[in-house]
Amino acid sequence: MAKNGVFSRLRRLDRAEGVDDFSTCNDSHEVHVLAVDDSLVDRKVIERLLKITSCKVTAVDSGRRALQFLGLDEEEKSVGFDGLKVDLIITDYCMPGMTGYELLKKIKGSSTFREIPVVIMSSENILTRIDRCLEEGAEDFIVKPVKLSDVKRLKSCMFGGNRIQKQDKGLNKRKLQDNSGVPLSPTLDDDDDVSSSPSPPSISSPSLPRSFSSLPSSPSSPTPPDSPTRLLKTSDEEE
Amino acid sequence: MLGLSVDRLRADMNRLLALLFHQGVLDEQFLQLQQLQDESSPNFVSEVVNIYFHESEKLLRNLRGLLVDKEFSDYKKMGIHLNQFMGSSSSIGAQRVRNVCVAFRAASEQNNRAGCLRALELLEYEYCYLKNKLHELFQIEQQRILAAGVRYPQQQQPNNP
Repeated sequence: MAKNGVFSRLRRLDRAEGVDDFSTCNDSHEVHVLAVDDSLVDRKVIERLLKITSCKVTAVDSGRRALQFLGLDEEEKSVGFDGLKVDLIITDYCMPGMTGYELLKKIKGSSTFREIPVVIMSSENILTRIDRCLEEGAEDFIVKPVKLSDVKRLKSCMFGGNRIQKQDKGLNKRKLQDNSGVPLSPTLDDDDDVSSSPSPPSISSPSLPRSFSSLPSSPSSPTPPDSPTRLLKTSDEEE
Repeated sequence: MLGLSVDRLRADMNRLLALLFHQGVLDEQFLQLQQLQDESSPNFVSEVVNIYFHESEKLLRNLRGLLVDKEFSDYKKMGIHLNQFMGSSSSIGAQRVRNVCVAFRAASEQNNRAGCLRALELLEYEYCYLKNKLHELFQIEQQRILAAGVRYPQQQQPNNP
């Protein structure tokens, strides 16, 4: 509908939990994120973080509801909703019932939805957990608490300029425009020697991947385990 | 006079915030929340914090309920409550509360009931302190908004007392 252009974006992004009536005429530049977290506090925060970066948000409290929203619940039916396209799924790892990892597997296991990038959030810095998620096809892994810089980085890495296709090797597209404290990520093969400082200045060397999302990956092959970003504020624990 | 009180209130707020940061009660994540507050979401911080209070008090009740039972043994359940408490505390920048949760969780992992009880006492204390201080902060903020608002009608309606 034409009013999309007239109303202020912030007003339009007002209600996150319900389904938007504008679904039939999405602003093609607006990223729609499905956020999954059982904590209401965290849902509020992530919702706000996403809205402030001009994303459309749908926040749900469980993996089950996320699948229902996608129309993937149980019978693998195709989308029951009015084609509200989801561009990114961001989910907490630790949730009762279905964990973020299990949700990730379900999404990557679906032919309809496995192209949707999935980002995992966790308050725990556990390398095995991170590796497992990446192997299962997670786009990125964010350590909580989630900050504005994390969301900005995600958005610009995945959707900066045009929509990024997974095979896109154009690292210059991921170049950050602003200072979003992204740690310098060490070499690609280095997964036990991760030394990142919590808030370094922004890096603008296009040759260095700054996060997993800047690695080319195809849906069917697992993303190689890699030095995660913003990790290891505390030492990691196995298991 | 009103102009003065707006500035004084703002100074009071900043002083209180500085104190809380200095004490480690709050950390940078709280600042992050403040950055997310603007005209389109003018009460964001207090909304999130109020949700946090509501959830925290439930968790504290659950924790106490588990521990008062002399035959308590469900440390796993306690761990789940603690993880939730830790997570939400970290999300709003409640650093000290979060740190006590970490210690509490360690005691819980060792099945140390006495240690857990001590940690719970400390947790309740820290939580109360945080809640009081944040309420104080919000009160000053409200007063500041009121004080700032009162000026304008007087400018527009000079006959208003």
